[in-house]
Amino acid sequence: MAVAGQQLGPRAAGRGAGVPRPSWRSGARASYEHQWLLYSRTWRGSIFTSFAQPALFLVAMGMGLGSYVDAGGGAQALGGVSYLEWLAPGLLVSSVMQGSVIAATFPVLAGFHWIRRFHAMHATPLTPSSIAFGLLAWIVTRATLVGAIFMVVIVLFGAAVTPGIILTVPVATLTALAFAAPMAAYMSTQRDTSSFNAIWRFGITPLFLFSGTFFPIEQLPEPLQLAAWLFPLWHGVDLGRALALGTVWENPPLQLAHLVILTVVATAGVVATLVMFRRRLER
Amino acid sequence: MTQTPAPAPLIHARGLTKRFGSLTAVDGIDFDVAPGESFGFLGPNGAGKTSAMRMVACVSPVTAGTLRILDLDPAVDGARIRGRLGVVPQQDTLDTELSVRDNLVMYGRYFGLTRAQSRERANDLLDFAQLSERATDKVEPLSGGMKRRLTIARALINEPSILLLDEPTTGLDPQARHLLWERLYRLKQQGVTLVLTTHYMDEAEQLCDRLVVMDKARIVAQGSPRSLITEWATREVTELRFPAGVQETIVGRLEGLGERIELLPDRVLVYSDDGEAVAVAAHARGLVPETVLVRRSSLEDVFLRLTGRSLVD
Repeated sequence: MAVAGQQLGPRAAGRGAGVPRPSWRSGARASYEHQWLLYSRTWRGSIFTSFAQPALFLVAMGMGLGSYVDAGGGAQALGGVSYLEWLAPGLLVSSVMQGSVIAATFPVLAGFHWIRRFHAMHATPLTPSSIAFGLLAWIVTRATLVGAIFMVVIVLFGAAVTPGIILTVPVATLTALAFAAPMAAYMSTQRDTSSFNAIWRFGITPLFLFSGTFFPIEQLPEPLQLAAWLFPLWHGVDLGRALALGTVWENPPLQLAHLVILTVVATAGVVATLVMFRRRLER
Repeated sequence: MTQTPAPAPLIHARGLTKRFGSLTAVDGIDFDVAPGESFGFLGPNGAGKTSAMRMVACVSPVTAGTLRILDLDPAVDGARIRGRLGVVPQQDTLDTELSVRDNLVMYGRYFGLTRAQSRERANDLLDFAQLSERATDKVEPLSGGMKRRLTIARALINEPSILLLDEPTTGLDPQARHLLWERLYRLKQQGVTLVLTTHYMDEAEQLCDRLVVMDKARIVAQGSPRSLITEWATREVTELRFPAGVQETIVGRLEGLGERIELLPDRVLVYSDDGEAVAVAAHARGLVPETVLVRRSSLEDVFLRLTGRSLVD
């Protein structure tokens, strides 16, 4: 067996113009591939959770709570659909968002501090932006997978009203990115999970509860309705639901506004992540 | 290797400076590293070795001065240069969630190798690092020495022109250190250019053809280990250890014993070309140390001479 490194010194003598230029794309691809490799070790457990969680939620909230809502004449308030049908697309968007916030937290802390994976990557031709890109691309992939599984569960529950539920999946992915990208940027400035815990308790959980997932925000007092407008979750939930229930054309300007707001926040988050990763790694 | 009279340096630094806010970590240092050379930064913790190394690794922007690596400018071609470097960082950055082999294969992908190339090199490197039997194991349960060898193997996956090692054996037990030195020595013999930082003088003596001694962000001396010892120390050292409290009282009586006397808190070092003669002379003066040790001068003595302090506190 040849001893590795035998050809190292003399043969690897490229200088100046002779040094090859690594491509950014190949670096970003390798960074993304690393995330897949990590996922490939744990996918069985995570696929199961991806099926079980929506099923549990749909049984408890959709069928359990839903039977009360429907019996109380809720269908009228919900635009003629059952509570389960109304809840399902909103829950899809909210759940995918939550999972993505977690996927933008722990891998970032691990990358910079626990495992120092990002530092190892930066010692190679990978640039901070290709490292960040690989992570974000993975978060998008994961969100889409989880959203698609959720959609399948909704269909199996007979809770899909129109084929538009298929479009709820990319809306959920966009909403997820609108949360995950700013989160990744912020977590790159943190050393531990203490701030994450606060964000989760006082940010993500209240949003999950008050962004129109479980009841229309019109039920909330005015100031809280305004708050729902400020955060991207309600925009994602409302757009995802309108697509699933086929009610987009009832208020096209509002739905367009949802899309624009989600896109702007997601884009700003991606830019922030690229900038913060660079600051963090090049010092 | 082609024997050109004076090969152009692979690394060329002039006035190289790194500042973090008001702290100057590296203060205008000059050095060159020639192809095939083993070059070391020796100095205590905080001397600026790691900061210098990070600039050479093209992960830390140069604050001031000139730095050229492989005839390229890190500020412009950082990623390009990194493609030709192998880096062994001070703190392990192995992916503890992946297997030993996957750590190598994945790293090869970062350098743009195909999966097949990467797998092939990973197998060779597993042999080199004596880790073939652990290939499918997770990284976490490996010993410190094995992790270091894996880190070195990983740094070789791209067949680098220059291998950078930051404190490669810090924290390892003596046996693991010797095994690692043997592996590094083998690379050196294959013509790999090594650049390393260390605060162990024995490591510097073992591995470095040439080194710079750093203290407080500056280079205070440079040369081969041998020439530094010749220049800054005598051939031998006599270490005299006196009972507690006695040392202070006999300082005057040591005058003229050797070429130079160094008082440490726990012992007196007398520098001369004949250590035995010093010991005898001390005895003749009626000095009764608890222990006497005669040894050859080392880089530790060079450092003490240059800075008035020990390398390892």
